Amino acid sequence: MCGIVGLFCKSPRIEPRLGEYLSAMLVQMDDRGPDSAGVAVYRTPAPAGWSKLTLYSHDPCMAWDVLWGELAEAFGGVEALDGRARHVVALVEGEVQEIDTWIRRRRPDLRVMSAGSVIEIYKDVGRPRLFAETVGLGDFRGSHGLGHTRMATESRVTTEGSHPFSTGQDVCLVHNGSLSNHNRLRASLRREGMVFQTENDTEVAAAYLTWRLREGATLEQALEGCLSDLDGFYTFLVGTADGFAVLRDPIACKPAVVAETDDWVAMASEYRAIAVLPGAADARIWEPEPSVVYTWEKALV
Amino acid sequence: MAVETTTEVELVDLAASPLRDLNRRLHELAGSDSRPDRWRVVNTNGAHAVACGLDAPIEVEVAGHVGYYCAGMNQRATVRISGNAGTGVAENMMSGTVIVGGNVSQSAGASGRGGLLVVHGDAGARCGISMKGVDIVVRGSIGHLSAFMAQRGTLVVCGDAGEALGDSIYETHIYVRGRVAGLGADCVEKEFRAHHRAELHSLLERGGFDDVDPSGFRRYGSARTLYNFKIDNAGAY
Repeated sequence: MCGIVGLFCKSPRIEPRLGEYLSAMLVQMDDRGPDSAGVAVYRTPAPAGWSKLTLYSHDPCMAWDVLWGELAEAFGGVEALDGRARHVVALVEGEVQEIDTWIRRRRPDLRVMSAGSVIEIYKDVGRPRLFAETVGLGDFRGSHGLGHTRMATESRVTTEGSHPFSTGQDVCLVHNGSLSNHNRLRASLRREGMVFQTENDTEVAAAYLTWRLREGATLEQALEGCLSDLDGFYTFLVGTADGFAVLRDPIACKPAVVAETDDWVAMASEYRAIAVLPGAADARIWEPEPSVVYTWEKALV
Repeated sequence: MAVETTTEVELVDLAASPLRDLNRRLHELAGSDSRPDRWRVVNTNGAHAVACGLDAPIEVEVAGHVGYYCAGMNQRATVRISGNAGTGVAENMMSGTVIVGGNVSQSAGASGRGGLLVVHGDAGARCGISMKGVDIVVRGSIGHLSAFMAQRGTLVVCGDAGEALGDSIYETHIYVRGRVAGLGADCVEKEFRAHHRAELHSLLERGGFDDVDPSGFRRYGSARTLYNFKIDNAGAY
């Protein structure tokens, strides 16, 4: 069991309260996943020519200024935006892939939680209720966000094994379920050059999506590929720069509820996570069909 | 003033009092004089196990959406849910009636042994899985793997049915008006005889679907090639 939540603001008047609503949704799913929690929030785009990264250090005394100096030397402008619970969001002048690669190579002690221009990812072990407080999730403004509460079944409870998993620039994945062919798929993705930090099954699904997107697939094509290439149970929620996507496996035993009003679209494992949103009682509510890719994007909604 | 007490409604606000208190009070009605016999529950907000394990001839009106296992293991009570219900509504019901105004999630009426489940919206996957005598009437459509290993009782669907309907079915009767995406192993379309029409008509009536024409339905059931059906035991079903 795990819990998934996602909130997409259709109306700009919801955006100032994105974090407050997302936090309330996440807390409702606390008992579905008491091991770890995480969120991806889409907010404050980086200026043109700059990239935005969320970095994590296990070391509470991490000397971030040293890193900023090294990055400035290598790339140009650097601005640290926000620090929460050992996560720091930084703007760096340059191409995101190059910066990401540079950090992973030069600073293996750090974790690049997210890379892109709008995404920020925060995740850690511990009760989701506590996580929401520690990160100060309630403060976030933004266009959309998603979250996860984890009850680990396949691998260790670590910060790296928490969701969301970054799957490329501004894209991330959260998962309820378990994959049974992840070892073999991990081996074949390694041959494609993908790098793994954990023994986690969801990280393999994330790497699979990253690989497919890198090879030129659209998000819809990459998700449809999951139906034939992934074996196991999954309800996936994928965050993108413009919105989010939902996919359930053909058996669809892992729950998913979608609700929509004029102001927002929400997805969650259970309705009680949606019930905290304004107007939820009168929302249009339905369950996503198995094997069908659903997407919501700013331009479309 | 006994007449007056039966028309009074006991209001329970789940935003103000714990769910366990509600269920405990409802359970205490079993074996008592079952008063109050009319209840109204508000502010459910998707809570799990609302009005579970009832065993009294009472009426419970649940205003709003509920989570998992609402009205599970029901005996004798009538539970009306105005909104949607999550996984396993009325699961393992023994008797009584459960009526849902909205949609229900997967495993509605699972393993039910008796009573009636009425769904005014759609039902998700595995509706009536392993049903053992409960009657289920759905105004909308049902999801995949419904009536899997269904043993007794009747499933009536006014809309469509998903993939693998009635997989490994025993002796449950299935009636579907709309399109069936696919039949499961050993489930076949069967002859629609006069007594089936009467059974269907009676169920639509009990479900309150008087406007639904029974003539548009098709009947599905077991081909009896997967399990050891002996005609001598036909009376057991």
